[in-house]
Amino acid sequence: MNLSRRHFLVLMPAAAIAWKAVLAGTPEQAENYKLSEHWWGMLIDVPKCIGCGNCVRACAAENDVPEGYFRTWVERYHVSDENMTNPEVISPDGGKEGFPVVKEDEKKYFFVPKMCNHCADSPCTQVCPVGATFVAPDGVVLIDQTYCLGCAYCVQACPYGCRYIHPEKKVADKCTLCYHRITKGLTTACCESCPTGARQLVDLKNPKDPIHEFLKTHSVQVLKPQMATGAKAFYYELDGSVR
Amino acid sequence: MCDLAMFLGEQVKIMNGVEGFMYPNEIGLQWSVLIVLYPFITGLVAGAFILASLERVFHVEAVKPTYRLALLTALSFLIVAPLPLQLHLGHPERSPEMYFTPHSTSAMAMFGYVYLWYLMAVLVFEIWLDYRRDIVLLSRSSRGFLRVIYKVMTLGSDNISPRSLHIDEKVGWIVTLIGIPSAFLLHGYVGFIFGSIKANPWWSSPLMPVVFIFSAMVSGIAGVMLIYMAVTKLRKQAIDVHCVDSIAMYLFYIFIIDFSLEMLDLIHRIYEAGESFRSLNFMVHTKLYFSHIVVQIILGTVTPLALLFITQVVKLSEKVRKRIYVASACLALMGIFAMRWNVVIGGQLFSKSFLGYTTYKMALVTREGSLVAVGLSILPLFILWALIKLLPPWSTEHHPQQAATGD
Amino acid sequence: MSVLKDARHLFRFAGLFVLAFITFLAIRHYVVPPSFGQYGHYRGNAISDIAARPIKFAGHQACETCHTDVLDAKSKGKHAHVNCEACHGPLARHAEDPASVTPVKPDTAVLCARCHTATAAKPKGFPQVDPADHSNGVACETCHQPHSPAISGSNAPSAGGAK
Repeated sequence: MNLSRRHFLVLMPAAAIAWKAVLAGTPEQAENYKLSEHWWGMLIDVPKCIGCGNCVRACAAENDVPEGYFRTWVERYHVSDENMTNPEVISPDGGKEGFPVVKEDEKKYFFVPKMCNHCADSPCTQVCPVGATFVAPDGVVLIDQTYCLGCAYCVQACPYGCRYIHPEKKVADKCTLCYHRITKGLTTACCESCPTGARQLVDLKNPKDPIHEFLKTHSVQVLKPQMATGAKAFYYELDGSVR
Repeated sequence: MCDLAMFLGEQVKIMNGVEGFMYPNEIGLQWSVLIVLYPFITGLVAGAFILASLERVFHVEAVKPTYRLALLTALSFLIVAPLPLQLHLGHPERSPEMYFTPHSTSAMAMFGYVYLWYLMAVLVFEIWLDYRRDIVLLSRSSRGFLRVIYKVMTLGSDNISPRSLHIDEKVGWIVTLIGIPSAFLLHGYVGFIFGSIKANPWWSSPLMPVVFIFSAMVSGIAGVMLIYMAVTKLRKQAIDVHCVDSIAMYLFYIFIIDFSLEMLDLIHRIYEAGESFRSLNFMVHTKLYFSHIVVQIILGTVTPLALLFITQVVKLSEKVRKRIYVASACLALMGIFAMRWNVVIGGQLFSKSFLGYTTYKMALVTREGSLVAVGLSILPLFILWALIKLLPPWSTEHHPQQAATGD
Repeated sequence: MSVLKDARHLFRFAGLFVLAFITFLAIRHYVVPPSFGQYGHYRGNAISDIAARPIKFAGHQACETCHTDVLDAKSKGKHAHVNCEACHGPLARHAEDPASVTPVKPDTAVLCARCHTATAAKPKGFPQVDPADHSNGVACETCHQPHSPAISGSNAPSAGGAK
């Protein structure tokens, strides 16, 4: 490291104080965090995804996701233009260690990261018998794991397969949009570790959010629009063959 | 190098029972055989109650010998009904939350209240009203701990005057009347739990609650008929043939309605051939072939229907008729269980991407394994035995034994 | 009045229900969490509980506070928008107390290959090579500085594209 000694002595304490505040959960930004001022979503830029699996690993590290279960995963599609309704799809260990190398052929390949879509009209919260999962006022679908019975009705009701029952805690679990990070002004672990910018957090209530601008000027789709879930994970250049 | 990786990937896929592609979190099934058992049990409860109501509300005198037995059967199964659910929950100790904060948009949330209503305000109330005279008499005649039990059951009232019994009769009639839609609600909501899930095309259907209710009636009526015949034989009494003839007739007609509804669902699916059809069709022809085509449809529906049809149109001897009734009832119960299996397990065998399938690995001795399922299926019969001892469905007067020819 | 006398047992049965209901209400009052219903049909405090979970990735702004030289080098090259922890892993504990955790330098043989191994599945414009062909087993950082990977000068190799 080539920091000059003077730089070091000045920056270190300042950084340490700032960081302590972040870790303690009471940073400058969190104190000003008002639920009603945010409406969170995610943009997934499909052509930018290279299937490196950084996001899957980062999410697992940030959120202690158990082995064999996935809060986010990446799928690789292999689609023939003659048979778009029957793509070949793989997701080896959720894409955690990337994908096997393939040779060029006449079909097309692309990667599709998947995650909880944080649906505005979420079918999973509709079916929860006790109110353990809910859409928070800022648009993130969360699970109160001290209240969940582990009945798995929400897992059945999710059209996207993003929920699972935690093998040790025996309650429902899923992507929380790194709620503990975004409420402190940080971005999600998956967005932070994506090397190509294929995943970007978006605050739909923030007019200055650059992704908000992107959404206004580009064609985006959601997964399974016929389910009318109000999904807020927006996909740019999503192929019609994607399930 | 890449070929080896692909090959190993394929092996892993076959190893964990997945064919094609499934979303990673979908590979293990969430709802096990216990969740198959639960609707089967509540179906028996609802069906047994409907049979009892045939006599009480619709005055079908022929089935009167099974009235009390049907109620006790319903109660035995209802007591066991919450057990598979509790064993399935990740946190059964939190299940009272369904009473304290039920979520009004969730069909499952109404379970607690519907169950409690049906148990206390319908079944226990009706049994109490019908048996009250016997309970008071038994509280006078028995000794020891049993006497205490009967005394508690009388709620301290010794009144069995004709007038009070008349009031009991009238109130009991109202309870049974209310009990019919309550029974439909107790089992119909389970159908709605599945039928309202738009994410799962195998389940999502407005017909689901109706199919569940009619198949429940089939299973309940068949179950009570079998129990009546078995218990009567064990008591070395003569089976009331007019009674079982009547029950078999109702079984036959309700079975036809049930079969028609299921065929309607099937034909509608095949005709519309929606997005999920190809995947579901493949599943029925491969993974579900044995349980759906062979067990549920051929052995469990068409065969008993054909057998019952024969008894309705051809004049057969009592002995033959009774044998056919027993065979049909057994096949029907097996078929209805298979139907629950095909709905619950079948609905989880295919991927919501419609690109793959997984396998249900039913363990033997785990909390949700097959041993537990078998145990929970037999438990109601033990409870029924205890209830029959406590509240005998028959009067204690000696029945003249008829020479049972070829019983 | 004789009606009531003959129906007294029914009133007792009803009385049981009323008693049970009152007991239920009492228990409910004590058991349901106080913040339940604050924002909707859920425990309101769950939101702050979830927000208070510990952080593992510091976020690139935390890194850039101290490592300004790396930031300068990175901003000029192709890895400008690759965040620090995308390669270096979660380092919130290092950001909190740099002395307590010394980050381990990633192994470029594994790390670089993850993104840059050529395969037909990756987007065509993305820089990708066959690691065996490209460098004959030589470690990536021999020629490429990870923070600014472009090789300047006449010996810049041709970009090994996807096979």
